[in-house]
Amino acid sequence: MRSFRGGVHPPYNKATQDRPIERVSPPERVVVPLSQHTGAPCEPSVEKGQEVERGQKLGEAKAFISAPVHTPISGVVKEIAPHPHPVLGEALAVVVEGGGEMEDWPRGDVDPDSLEPEEIRMRVREAGVVGLGGAAFPTAVKLSPPKSIDTVILNGCECEPYLTADHRTMLERAEDCILGLRLVMRAVGAERGMIGVEANKPDAMEALRRASDGEVEVVPLKVKYPQGAEKMLIKALLDREVPTGGLPMDVGVVVQNVGTAVAVTEAVRDGKPLIERVVTVAGEVGRPGNYLVPIGTPFSYLMEVAGGLKEGVSQVVMGGPMMGIAQRSLDVPVVKGTSGILFLREVPPAEEGNCIRCARCVDHCPMELMPTLFVKFAKGERWDLLESAHIMDCIECGSCAYVCPARIPIVHYIKLGKLKVRSLK
Amino acid sequence: MEGRLVVAVSPHIRAEMDTRRVMMGVIVSLVPGIAVGVWFFRWHALALLASCLAETLSAEALACILRRKPSTLGDLSAAVTGVLLAMVLPPTLPFWAAFLGGVVAVTVGKQVFGGLGQNIFNPALVGRAFLMAAFPVLMTRWVAPGPKVVTAATPLALMKFDHRATPLLDLLVGKVGGCMGETSALALLIGGLFLVLKGYADWRIPLSYLGTVAMLGSIPWAFRPDLYPSPMFHLLAGGLMLGAWFMATDPVTTPVTKVGRYMFGIGAGVLVVIIRLWGGLPEGVMYSILLMNAVTPLIDRYTVPVPFGGKR
Repeated sequence: MRSFRGGVHPPYNKATQDRPIERVSPPERVVVPLSQHTGAPCEPSVEKGQEVERGQKLGEAKAFISAPVHTPISGVVKEIAPHPHPVLGEALAVVVEGGGEMEDWPRGDVDPDSLEPEEIRMRVREAGVVGLGGAAFPTAVKLSPPKSIDTVILNGCECEPYLTADHRTMLERAEDCILGLRLVMRAVGAERGMIGVEANKPDAMEALRRASDGEVEVVPLKVKYPQGAEKMLIKALLDREVPTGGLPMDVGVVVQNVGTAVAVTEAVRDGKPLIERVVTVAGEVGRPGNYLVPIGTPFSYLMEVAGGLKEGVSQVVMGGPMMGIAQRSLDVPVVKGTSGILFLREVPPAEEGNCIRCARCVDHCPMELMPTLFVKFAKGERWDLLESAHIMDCIECGSCAYVCPARIPIVHYIKLGKLKVRSLK
Repeated sequence: MEGRLVVAVSPHIRAEMDTRRVMMGVIVSLVPGIAVGVWFFRWHALALLASCLAETLSAEALACILRRKPSTLGDLSAAVTGVLLAMVLPPTLPFWAAFLGGVVAVTVGKQVFGGLGQNIFNPALVGRAFLMAAFPVLMTRWVAPGPKVVTAATPLALMKFDHRATPLLDLLVGKVGGCMGETSALALLIGGLFLVLKGYADWRIPLSYLGTVAMLGSIPWAFRPDLYPSPMFHLLAGGLMLGAWFMATDPVTTPVTKVGRYMFGIGAGVLVVIIRLWGGLPEGVMYSILLMNAVTPLIDRYTVPVPFGGKR
């Protein structure tokens, strides 16, 4: 089966894969950060005390690499102030108070072949769609590649343990996935559409195949982390290597997460902005599951919805356990990049030992780098050597630290090293 | 619950294999070899094992105290060094000499460099090399296996100096003179395969090491089988099995790159054959590994792989 070199096999723990997506009734108060994406934060377009309607824009994207944000509930703007943020620590956010039950967004109609690419891009941008796989890169930017694109790939790997949001999305929203793919293909002028899915989700592949009428290729991929990393996915599907320092478009490819494809469909067909997303809540909670959550919902609210905490939770992670971000508090809101919230039991004491040069990190690195050198050079503050060891090519997938028998927090040293290398430029 | 949340960098899950388990795996893989040693050399083997272990462990503990570091006995690396050292010493070596070897192995071999992972040379082999230099007579006094102490030459010495080949079956079983834990090629092979198949060590070095010895050793034998040993004899005699599976796989002192590991194995294999056939000593495994340890940093430097997406 197609795959890539290196990688690891963590226990998948996908206990929520049979839990249908469940809509969460919105909280009375949402906190919508103005920066939920890669790129420039957007600027507030509402004022304190102003009444807003569900779906109304709260922040305007002024820069090219940016995305507007919208309110998921109708109500009143209570404040525009710095607020805890699950990725940035703290960021300016618009707080809206209101509430009530939410009905489904009215469904529109669209023929993807009749729309101009520019129209698709504009609707996607206005809807504030960003990559929902985690990195939250503004989708409209990806739809305006300066290079010619022949293939659009939908990423349905979901190789992170615990997470099942994409799996459920493919299963329950297969037609919207396919329509989103066709819209993206239309926007970038690509002929070929592919969906890569890890082979442990045969039901999702079956649903996608049925919905696609054979127009797109649904390809099973080896179950191996990080199969869903963009570069690994392109390698597995097309045997093309994104050049070092490059982007998928350098090999004629645009990659979108399956959840993003659904968001594109909703944006273009229904005019619905990105105001909710599917979040896997897993680990030590009463009712783990896949929840359709309004953006801006506090983690603490979602925790209660999911049945409350069980005993012994010591770590809360946004995202998957391999690349997710540990949270200091449950006051943070769900943002566009929140693919999951994990409530994890006791963390093993990770006392850092000496590197025994076992080379497991080297053997498992999907980017074929030498993480052992990154640690050595970062500890020795040899920032010049770090760059020539290709530290900037690292995708921070964490495979190296996962297998390290000395429990060295390799990703920590890599993040530090990258920061230093960037700051010295 | 706030304030009690653990905040750490990703990944938030770890594979089960840690340093201690790796070392434990090495010790378990050595059990067949030790068992045969104890079977053939009886209390000599046990005494040797006990004195080496006692000394490597106490030297490690003392070094940690002197360096004001938390004790590293728990990582079991000193235990591995002790067991390996005992296995590469003559069974009748006096306990005080084994003791000295243990001190040198742990302190000079490892701790002076900064402890586990920092040393250049295989610690057990440093201890053995020291004893070879300091007590050459004691270190070349061999006994035949069995309850009675009868002096005997090693198969490699018999071959080198008398051109007498030992039956391969004896080499496999270990019913020959030699170091405590090196005599049974079969027991070491079983342990070595376990070590590699369970993922405690990489297969590349043993494969290229043994392969090189067999191929290179077969060339002179093809021309003069009366004068030179067969490749099978090369593989089964002396310390090669022990060295290839358990010393040349020490991750600390061998290359981290895959290409580098092949180079290490091939280089060590060439050295073994050269020393055995044309050197002054009957056996060359120890020096082959120590010499390749010395060039390991160089190998690592020149075998850095091209990253994904780089120009190949």
